[in-house]
Amino acid sequence: MARVAGIEIPPHKHAWVGLMYIFGIGPTLSRRILKDANVPESVKVKDLSEDQLSRINAIIDKTCVVEGALRRLIQQNLQRLKDINSYRGLRHRRGLPVRGQRTRSNARTRKGPRKTVAGKKMAKAPT
Amino acid sequence: MSRSLKKGPYIDPKLMAKVHRVKASGVRDPIKTWSRRSTISPDFVNLNFLIHNGRTFVKVFVTEDMVGHKLGEFAPTRLFRGHPGTKASPSGATEG
Repeated sequence: MARVAGIEIPPHKHAWVGLMYIFGIGPTLSRRILKDANVPESVKVKDLSEDQLSRINAIIDKTCVVEGALRRLIQQNLQRLKDINSYRGLRHRRGLPVRGQRTRSNARTRKGPRKTVAGKKMAKAPT
Repeated sequence: MSRSLKKGPYIDPKLMAKVHRVKASGVRDPIKTWSRRSTISPDFVNLNFLIHNGRTFVKVFVTEDMVGHKLGEFAPTRLFRGHPGTKASPSGATEG
């Protein structure tokens, strides 16, 4: 069991894949960390030595915002937009797309599952 | 795509002049402007603006957090009163 950046315990994966289980570390950052720590990226996580782990941990601590801290940072940024009453903040508050996308159709990622409104005429009723 | 750094932030020259005039005069009258496209510069902080939204002027007090945004972001141009047919809630368009 390897612990990186707090509580992450990635299992029988290559080191660079295991690191991506950490929120805030994707393929690019993962590879860069391993390179900086001088660890070959295709070593299995379970085969990492204590020394290698501590080097990886040190680099993440020093250079990356990760997990809880990152989540908090994102929330803060959203909260700032909301607090200053900007248009973007308003869209976040409403749960609508923020960057000017259309909302007449689509936009389901932001709006969530369809809420069909009763009383609206169907385009073409069956039978 | 963000604006090239080489050009620097866009601020309407006339608006900038107004800001300087108000600051020099010491009176904190709101600055009426149509220039929604202007970036809020640090000089604007703690001033009142009346920003045109296409119909009326929205009063906005500029705080430090707003620097770097455009004036127009703080004066919504659309009024959504709910969908036709549905009973509109009395909350109106702008939410607290």
